[in-house]
Amino acid sequence: MAKEKTTGAKAVVKALEAEGVEWVFGVPGGAILPIYDALFDSRTVKHVLVRHEQTGAHAAEGFAHATGKVGVCFGTSGPGATNLVTGIADAYMDSVPMVAITGNVSSSLIGSDAFQEADITGITMPITKHNWLVTDVKDLPRILKEAFYIARTGRPGPVLVDIPKDIQNAEFEFEYPDSVNIPGYHPPVREEPRLKDAAALIRASSRPVIYLGGGVRTSGAYDEVAQFVELVGAPVVTTVHGKGALPESHPQCLGMFGMHGAKFTNYTVQDADLIIALGARFDDRVTGKLSTFAPEAKIVHLDVDPAEISKLVTATVPLVGDLKLLLPQLTEQTRKAFAASGRADIAPWWIKVSAWREKHPLHHAPQGDQFIEPQHVIERIWEKTQGKALVTTGVGKHQMFAAQYWKTIWPRQFITSGGLGTMGFCLPAAIGVQLGKPDALVIGIDGDGSFQMTLQDLATAVDLKLNIKIFILNNLFLGMVHQWQDLFYEKRLSETPLSDLPDLVKLAEAYSCLGLRARKPSELEDVLDRALAHKGGPVIVDIRTRPDAHVYPMVPAGAPLNDMIDGE
Amino acid sequence: MEHDDKLPTSSSHTVSLLVENKPGVLHRIAGLFSRRGYNIASLTVGPTERPEYSRMTIVVRLSSKTVEQVVRQVQKLVPVVEVRELSPVDLVERELLLVKIRTPEKNHAELRALAETYEAKIVDVSPDALVIEASGNAGKLDALEDRLAQYGIQELCRSGRIALERGFKTLAPPNLK
Ligand SMILES: Cc1ncc(C[n+]2csc(CCOP(=O)(O)OP(=O)(O)O)c2C)c(N)n1
Ligand SMILES: [Mg+2]
Repeated sequence: MAKEKTTGAKAVVKALEAEGVEWVFGVPGGAILPIYDALFDSRTVKHVLVRHEQTGAHAAEGFAHATGKVGVCFGTSGPGATNLVTGIADAYMDSVPMVAITGNVSSSLIGSDAFQEADITGITMPITKHNWLVTDVKDLPRILKEAFYIARTGRPGPVLVDIPKDIQNAEFEFEYPDSVNIPGYHPPVREEPRLKDAAALIRASSRPVIYLGGGVRTSGAYDEVAQFVELVGAPVVTTVHGKGALPESHPQCLGMFGMHGAKFTNYTVQDADLIIALGARFDDRVTGKLSTFAPEAKIVHLDVDPAEISKLVTATVPLVGDLKLLLPQLTEQTRKAFAASGRADIAPWWIKVSAWREKHPLHHAPQGDQFIEPQHVIERIWEKTQGKALVTTGVGKHQMFAAQYWKTIWPRQFITSGGLGTMGFCLPAAIGVQLGKPDALVIGIDGDGSFQMTLQDLATAVDLKLNIKIFILNNLFLGMVHQWQDLFYEKRLSETPLSDLPDLVKLAEAYSCLGLRARKPSELEDVLDRALAHKGGPVIVDIRTRPDAHVYPMVPAGAPLNDMIDGE
Repeated sequence: MEHDDKLPTSSSHTVSLLVENKPGVLHRIAGLFSRRGYNIASLTVGPTERPEYSRMTIVVRLSSKTVEQVVRQVQKLVPVVEVRELSPVDLVERELLLVKIRTPEKNHAELRALAETYEAKIVDVSPDALVIEASGNAGKLDALEDRLAQYGIQELCRSGRIALERGFKTLAPPNLK
């Protein structure tokens, strides 16, 4: 790129253009004004004015989740920047590529407790892959190039670039670099991957399980995973972010395991003699009590992040690298090992697994005529859409019902806050998803508590005329906490009942969008049909669900994975 | 499957880092150690043969397995160019000790002799006090401290450890050599 004289602010916009950024989510303010002024002239970078920076960050995440591209959000100094923090932390936990750009007070004021000054690089240090406070405008092009590069490569994640106002105004010769050179990034993998050892374990295993995590999504290794799965023929289990890495209709797929996994799925994991983890990190929500996790299993662990290997569960054979490159090599080695020396018979394993599957399937209370069962709502939406929708969720029981009953068909179809568990994620993420996938049907499965944490951005969805459909499973409770109180705190419902406020139909109307309500089972079908048929903006659907419908099975925190409460 | 012991046997490990010489790097590293619960026994940082890099030597008391985890986590920090645990049998390590002893002049000769045994130096003398400087590995300095204790240590400070591997090996990764 040729050199040209420009300002720091204009350089930011030029960099976004060079990176192919289409959408930026943010709120302007004094310390980021020069960048907003420069943005006014851009023909390719479009800005979404959100009503709260947290929403901007979650919308950027939704966009990134749905498209695999880097999500971008802006905030002004001080409160604008601190409002981004929850979204950045969420992106960090779920390895979502994101570039957050904040304005800061002028360099001469930094450190003086100036108006709206916050040390946002200090604050976000533990929740970003890396961050920068720009001290010289000449560094800006390199930093922005590095920011996008670091956000999207390796194990993706959020980065933050904090730009003082005087740097935004400073003039310099701009040239956007073509490549990056970061000596401390991309450390060389020291060990040769022990593919032969892994293949030998697979060959010898008579009770193998393949465990898919969010890393499959970030590497885009769907075909590679499918080929490996078909070759090995093992049962496949997933995390919440692994949903869709293999279609859940695949006969080998046993669905999500862990705290709210189906019994047969958890039993299968616990009884395995080999677990092949692909892009997963043995989070406590999936392993249950670590010291009792899959006691007989050897572990093959393939991940792009060496720091995940043997962090919680010691890998018998670690394989560090990108799934997309490494997994086909493992498939090839395994094929060779099978051909050369045969393999253990896994037919008896499947007989065992199938028996569990038959005897301990997911189940819920049948839909009666008094209360609407939340699981039934998910099943009906799935059936009416044939599962062809992109789903975002809030956090709570509704999220776990959705994870259990929404049978994911495609990769990047089920978008949720897994690692941080951030209430308020649903609506903002749906906005980002719909912008990233304009032709897709985008559905939110939200809770009454979660929805109220970011509902102000209904205005944003209306502004953009997005046809997102938010189904609120309204139990008038902070339901998941209610569940824990019922089970573990002698039903002492401290601060979990929610008043019947706001009137969600009137709220929708106040935002000039469609609001619908189903109070009784007899009203459900019509309301779902009308919501799904609606065009011309968002729909908010208030569905009153049975308040004491809890999420089962459940592995209590700290209990072994096969020690499940089955409530109904 | 094997599991992490809850109470691992910990011992002292020397971790050496080559980091970019930029603002905030110490904060990033110290922050990583504290948020992941790795206790730092000592940390030193200083310039290297290349002005753009600093060398950090961090001593931790952890199980070997946890140290492996520390190295992997630290390696992920962008300004960290290289990090490795140095083998205890294969390294030259030094710490620096300064001790102020309050003691009447009549004891000075005795202290001088003691200092000599430990290749230490008297670097300040006043009628009723001495400052002794010593360098060496941790064991030697511990022993000297013990011997000096009986004279009444008024003030003491000790640097963290610095260390280099023996032989021609260096920490710099191939692309920097
Ligand atoms: C921001 C935030 N605050 C608090 C929590 C703790 N929490 C987890 S689930 C939950 C209740 C969620 O209620 P709702 O959105 O109505 O969903 P439900 O469980 O009722 O389906 C709470 C308070 C959280 N996850 N996130
Ligand atoms: Mg609720």
